[in-house]
Amino acid sequence: MAEIYLKKLAHSYLPNPHRPEDYALKEIDQVWEDGKAYALLGSSGCGKSTLLNIISGLLSPSQGQVLFDGKDVTHLPTEQRHIAQVFQFPVVYDTMSVYDNLAFPLRNRKQDEAMIKARVTEIADMLELSADLKKKARGLTADAKQKISLGRGLVRQDVTAILFDEPLTVIDPHLKWLLRMQLKALHQRLNRTMIYVTHDQTEALTFADQVVVMYDGYVVQIGTPQQLFEQPEHTFVGYFIGSPGMNLLPVQVDGNIAHLNGQRIPLNTHYASKNGDHIELGIRPEFTQLSITESTHSLPVTIKRIEDIGRHKIARADYQGKEINIIVPEDQPVSIDYKYLTLDPNYIHLYANGWRLKQEAAA
Amino acid sequence: MNKTWNNKAWWMVLPVVLLVAFSAVIPLMTVVNYSVQDTFGNNQFFWAGLQWFEEIVNSERFHDALARQFLFSGLILFIEIPLGIFIAMNMPTKGLAISVCLVLMSLPLLIPWNVVGTIWQIFGRVDIGLLGATAAKLGIDYNYTRDIGDAWFTVVIMDVWHWTSLVALLCYAGLQSIPQAYYQAARIDGASQWAIFRYIQLPKMRGVLLIAVLLRFMDSFMIYTEPFVVTGGGPGNATTFLSIDLVKMAIGQFDLGPAAAFSLVYFLIILLLSWVFYTVMTNLDKQGQ
Repeated sequence: MAEIYLKKLAHSYLPNPHRPEDYALKEIDQVWEDGKAYALLGSSGCGKSTLLNIISGLLSPSQGQVLFDGKDVTHLPTEQRHIAQVFQFPVVYDTMSVYDNLAFPLRNRKQDEAMIKARVTEIADMLELSADLKKKARGLTADAKQKISLGRGLVRQDVTAILFDEPLTVIDPHLKWLLRMQLKALHQRLNRTMIYVTHDQTEALTFADQVVVMYDGYVVQIGTPQQLFEQPEHTFVGYFIGSPGMNLLPVQVDGNIAHLNGQRIPLNTHYASKNGDHIELGIRPEFTQLSITESTHSLPVTIKRIEDIGRHKIARADYQGKEINIIVPEDQPVSIDYKYLTLDPNYIHLYANGWRLKQEAAA
Repeated sequence: MNKTWNNKAWWMVLPVVLLVAFSAVIPLMTVVNYSVQDTFGNNQFFWAGLQWFEEIVNSERFHDALARQFLFSGLILFIEIPLGIFIAMNMPTKGLAISVCLVLMSLPLLIPWNVVGTIWQIFGRVDIGLLGATAAKLGIDYNYTRDIGDAWFTVVIMDVWHWTSLVALLCYAGLQSIPQAYYQAARIDGASQWAIFRYIQLPKMRGVLLIAVLLRFMDSFMIYTEPFVVTGGGPGNATTFLSIDLVKMAIGQFDLGPAAAFSLVYFLIILLLSWVFYTVMTNLDKQGQ
């Protein structure tokens, strides 16, 4: 078990990087706590696999260090790092039985056969693979194979962190849910550091204690699912997490008033902004409300479409050419007669060039 | 369910039946026909029953040729399969080097048998051949026309030169199909190079290896042109393999009956052994499932 310290880490696939664009992973400096479950979330090509490969040792970073419990492992090969990894596509040793597959990492480390037997039996029990121990690994289903891959990591007692690289890609949807629950339960039981790479926000939010959101090589936010929802630090987090994502509207800000095409929107604090910054107002669809009658500061909108998705309805509205999504609770009526939109000032965030503006301290 | 039976559809099969009949069945049957008859010329034939078969199966000449043939095919498989795997594992995996390697390795495969024979026949000549003359200059006693060992050496090396590429190319294709994640997982599991070969690469190459072994076995068991051009089956009968012996019997001595019986026995042996190889290798695959 280990705390993972990513010290001034950055990586570029180019030999002589000098511009920020050259870096696939921009500099980060973070401590990941021992025993927690982290999810690396981001769309394809955002650098999350690069980061994972640096942690697992398949890739050597261009700058910075990786420390496991204070020990520098930056240049240690994978096999000496005490990590386990589950890949996107199941990796099993075809010719071996499930038992031999699970015993393989221990046999390679010349462990005693009686001890191997005890470990394998224990892990097989935990993963519900006991009935299949004598079968050839090749004949099993994709989800069982993924469990074997995971099991090969778990049998080793010296494993400090388990890395998952989009492990549920090839699993059937109904099994995905089941496997995710098992993983979560396993994490609670084993208390080992787990790092889970995914581009699926549901997977990330259900699995992890801390979600690391990555965008264009930057780690844009690390936080609990709730923090990511209520206080996105970057517009990317805003629209990537949530369904539908955060509404973003270009505004000018003046103290505690935002100007949106001449419309004044009150904010509950003062913001300082520099001229020339690209300022956006962000609000989640959950914190907007439609009404038939006009009130102070409400925005006149036209509803283009209403989608009923069961738990609630999503209204797609148009405000001067900008699309705004509104979530309407199931028990509230909505129709195209609802022409005025109010935004809850407590949940309005302002972003300058993508990053969340801090509130001015003594305003 | 009321199915309409319409046997006219069988006519659809007729073209294939005719094709196979003329290309395989009828020629084979003429051989069967010869194998049970005797002749003293004038196109007059007498029923001989299984006499030729008994003669062939009991003849020392056939036994010797068969033994030489097994030795030859055994040596070929023993050398070419491991060597092919070894070459495939050491081939480059990226860049221009791949193409260069693939083209160079394909070259021997494109040369006609006869030409391969001629190349080695000249290559090994003591007076002008690069190999033969160099060996002579270095004081090595090498002469494939006189020495049995040298003749075997030349014939085997020639086949290795001609066909190892095929095994290597097949194995290379097999190796290329292994996803990178397998190697990464193996490193994490602490597997040794040998374990990676034994538990990842070899199982993934099984399919192509089966094809490689079958092809090389059948081909080497039926070899004719190359050793015939180089040694003519000599010195003595030292490199007279089954097909060379068969041609001597059928065309040289014009013993049609025994030659036909010889052909059939030869054919049955190849069929049987191919079946054995195939069954063994596919069963290994299913074991324990």
